[in-house]
Amino acid sequence: MSTPSAPSSEQNPGKSPSSASPTAQPVPGASARVLPSGRKAQWVVTGAALVVALAFPLIFSNPATTSVAMFTLLFVAASSAWNMFSGYSGYTALGQAVFFGSGAYFLANVANLWHMQGGVGVFALVPLAGLFAGLVAVPVGWISLRTRRHTFVVITIAFFFIFQLLAYNLTGLTNGSAGMQLPIPPWLAATYNTYFYFAALGVAIIAVALSWAVRRSRFGLELFAIRDDEDRARGLGVRTGQVKLSAFVLSAVVTGMCGAVYAYYLGSIYPPFAFEAIFDVTIALMGFFGGLGTVSGPVIGALILEPLQQYLNLQVTSGGVALILFGVLFLLVIRYLPQGIIPSSAEILRNVRARRAEQGGPRASQPDQPTVHVTGPEETPESTTLGEVGK
Amino acid sequence: MSTQIAKAIVDGILTGGVYALMAAGLTLIFGVMEIINIAQGILVVLGAYLSYVLQVHLGIDPFIGLFFTIPIMFLLGVGIEWVFIRRLRPQNRTALSILVTFAVAIVIEGLLTLFFSADLRTLNAWYIDESVHVFGFYLPYIYLFGFGLAVVLLGALYLFLYRTRTGFSIRASVQNRTGAELIGIDINRVSAITFGIGVGVTAAGGMVFGATNSFNPNSGYDLISRLLVIVVLGGLGSVGGALIAAVAAIVIEDVTAVVWSPVWASTMFFGVLILVLLIRPNGLFGQQAARAQ
Repeated sequence: MSTPSAPSSEQNPGKSPSSASPTAQPVPGASARVLPSGRKAQWVVTGAALVVALAFPLIFSNPATTSVAMFTLLFVAASSAWNMFSGYSGYTALGQAVFFGSGAYFLANVANLWHMQGGVGVFALVPLAGLFAGLVAVPVGWISLRTRRHTFVVITIAFFFIFQLLAYNLTGLTNGSAGMQLPIPPWLAATYNTYFYFAALGVAIIAVALSWAVRRSRFGLELFAIRDDEDRARGLGVRTGQVKLSAFVLSAVVTGMCGAVYAYYLGSIYPPFAFEAIFDVTIALMGFFGGLGTVSGPVIGALILEPLQQYLNLQVTSGGVALILFGVLFLLVIRYLPQGIIPSSAEILRNVRARRAEQGGPRASQPDQPTVHVTGPEETPESTTLGEVGK
Repeated sequence: MSTQIAKAIVDGILTGGVYALMAAGLTLIFGVMEIINIAQGILVVLGAYLSYVLQVHLGIDPFIGLFFTIPIMFLLGVGIEWVFIRRLRPQNRTALSILVTFAVAIVIEGLLTLFFSADLRTLNAWYIDESVHVFGFYLPYIYLFGFGLAVVLLGALYLFLYRTRTGFSIRASVQNRTGAELIGIDINRVSAITFGIGVGVTAAGGMVFGATNSFNPNSGYDLISRLLVIVVLGGLGSVGGALIAAVAAIVIEDVTAVVWSPVWASTMFFGVLILVLLIRPNGLFGQQAARAQ
């Protein structure tokens, strides 16, 4: 019907077979034992990242640093959760703060209801807060997923504002703009952040592991099929409604857990902090920035952007300059890495390699060389994201 | 009570006209280019600041100032389209357009904060402070003038779209982009003009917004959320739909404030969208099953 869809439908037949074949085979789990060298490297990187993450608070004890690290991990989790639905299914949701805030207020309400003392015990409520956010996501998702594309984006924004207004107005549950207090943990200032750091790390690990597992599964393939062509996926027997809603709810559960940890860390919760418009956009930007639909993309995006944002806010005293720098950075990234860091750098790397092979090899004019070179950049972003599952 | 409701309805219609003016650009840009211009909210605020600068530093009346601000904003729109939008790859244009226009919005917000600080500003003129007495209640002149401006500009937009050759090209591109290209319409030119008009019209909306509200560089966020709701409610791409949706949603909001409580008014504004989309997933005047993925 329209030009934007016309080129993409040109792309689709090209990429669907190439993307389906490498992923369709590993699904039964047969090829998982034969790890290609690239995948082995990924395991090493993942392991190293985990070790660094675990050792981080032991090395850096400065509360300012650990606080930034904790927020970064929360954003790793939230952005991965967002990507698990929006990146995989192609439905850009800009209302994830609904679930972030629901988790936060759930924790505040239950902790106050049970007169809980501050301490590690409160963290036990975090998974429950996630489940509550998931419950909230069922009607929200059911209604908003009746629409597609742009309308879906806008309806999620509308839901966000409704929930923010509800947080102000339902004073019985939220105490309105006066806010709610949470139990204060008895920890010393030196180790205070460490508890929250590990809680955030836990949520982040859950989020990334879930995102990875979904990507490898049949469920993940169904989401990608919806992203590429929803009507065709439906025609091929994918229960699109169920699949979309499940991913939406799953993503909400993780986001709710982030909100709960955040609320407990702040010690008090107010509607504009629990339901923050910037949060909606930030996690999406992180996903785009790192690479939509990849497992590592949102992680990288959050690891770069959140510390950068905190740094800019601290170092650049004029709020205007920080905003300009941030905006210009985005425009540059979109201009030069339009697929996000992970897929675009893979594409660039591949181009460089192809060029080097062309120049270096004496048989540069081999007949199949140019074809490899031509198709490479075309299918790289999609086929790497789909094919190399562990990425 | 009944006079209060009547006043709420009149207020809603007048404010709705102004919101329609701000939303017209958004829906037109979407219709032709299939992109959501997140920067529309901050562009409204920019329009208000431009009028403010002309008024404070050169003493130009905001309405006269439109003769300068609309062309400036038109050129800005053409520039944004040319520098940022045209280069987007077609595969994930929709998602990237949201990102790009958001980044543009952040940069504009940063520049406005740098030049004007975060203090609240207002436009001043005799018609902003004085009211006219009609049918037993007082209306500030600015609401009448603003509504009049909206009617004139939307009328001009209608004539442009339906009576000129460029207008035909734009409408053809809304209906079928590929088809329009096939019959020899220069889609890049149409896109640039559309973006320019969409942003240019916003200058007028911004002026009236600045005259009826106090504003700072942060005001763009609340505006864009409302404009998006209006545009989707009316059906993406339909200027007439945006007008009706803007008036309807704001009348409902204002009436809710009177008969129920001001606290729930904004909730109703967003709630209307969800109710309507449950029944009509393409909005009130959206094309049936248009642009299915």
